[in-house]
Amino acid sequence: MSNASLLAYIGVMALVTYLIRLLPLVLFTKKITNNFLRSFLYYVPYAVLGAMTVPAIFTSTTYVAAAVLGGLTALFFAYREKSLLFVAVAASAVVFISERIIEMIL
Amino acid sequence: MINNNFTKGLHDGVPIGLGYFSVAFTFGLAAVALGLPLWSPVLISMSNVTSAGQFAGLQVIAACGSLLEIALSQLIINMRYALMSLSLSQKLDATVRLCDRFLIAFVNTDEVFAVAAGRPGEVGRAYMFGLICMPYLGWAAGTLFGAAAGDFLPASLASALGIAIYGMFLAIIIPPAKQNRAIVVVILLAVALSCLLQWLPVFVGLGSGFIIIICTLLAAVFAAWRFPLKEAEFDE
Repeated sequence: MSNASLLAYIGVMALVTYLIRLLPLVLFTKKITNNFLRSFLYYVPYAVLGAMTVPAIFTSTTYVAAAVLGGLTALFFAYREKSLLFVAVAASAVVFISERIIEMIL
Repeated sequence: MINNNFTKGLHDGVPIGLGYFSVAFTFGLAAVALGLPLWSPVLISMSNVTSAGQFAGLQVIAACGSLLEIALSQLIINMRYALMSLSLSQKLDATVRLCDRFLIAFVNTDEVFAVAAGRPGEVGRAYMFGLICMPYLGWAAGTLFGAAAGDFLPASLASALGIAIYGMFLAIIIPPAKQNRAIVVVILLAVALSCLLQWLPVFVGLGSGFIIIICTLLAAVFAAWRFPLKEAEFDE
């Protein structure tokens, strides 16, 4: 990918994100009272992260089987309310070990 | 006056900055793993200062998506900041001038907003400027270190770390889902739609950025319709 197109991507990302944050702060002084809109915005982060995680998580590593084991590990520790860093490192460790075992078998 | 002290703000920003360092480290790693040059994730972090949006942006860039696709993905994923900025605008006191708002808006992340909103009464300009320093620094430095580490990483470790961001996403959405059945429904619906759009041959060619936008809109609209929030839940 050329540096110019990479810069175009980054420029668009930064501009859109900044305008979203800036406009309400400088233009609006009243609060949103529409309950539907507020509820929608409340649920957005969960929908985004759910859709981004599955099915992409299955192809995030070399072997799908290792990704499944790593994903289950992450689910388990996330349910136990461990920190973000702990869950991420635990899932990666399980993937690393599983992939070494898979390569020994194959 | 109590809430307009630069040093106090700087102090309150330290734990956010430390947390950001590790998340940004993963972002830098992920970007380099996708084949991007080292400078680009650092520039993304320094100009965007947002986690989910940046990760989604990476996926669109890696898939060589269109500029419209990346703009829409940022719009949908970062839409929640509009609500936070709106809420923050009610919280700033008279020391905050119009030009100050242009800087505060730039680093109004989920956590910065949460800390500012948690202060009793109004917050002033000096406090806000202090508060945004460490998170910004942690975010930028974490990305640089992650990207640099990714350059020397062996393939086996890079593969294992590929799952790290998804582990992090699960750690963000699972704990609140334990308390709230509506959130469980939102997540399951978004996941089911995402698999459907990704795997059904009819939708081949639909960019991953658009898939995320469609899933998000459908799942969040459905939940807002079926499970509208009560007033108290907005403070969470």
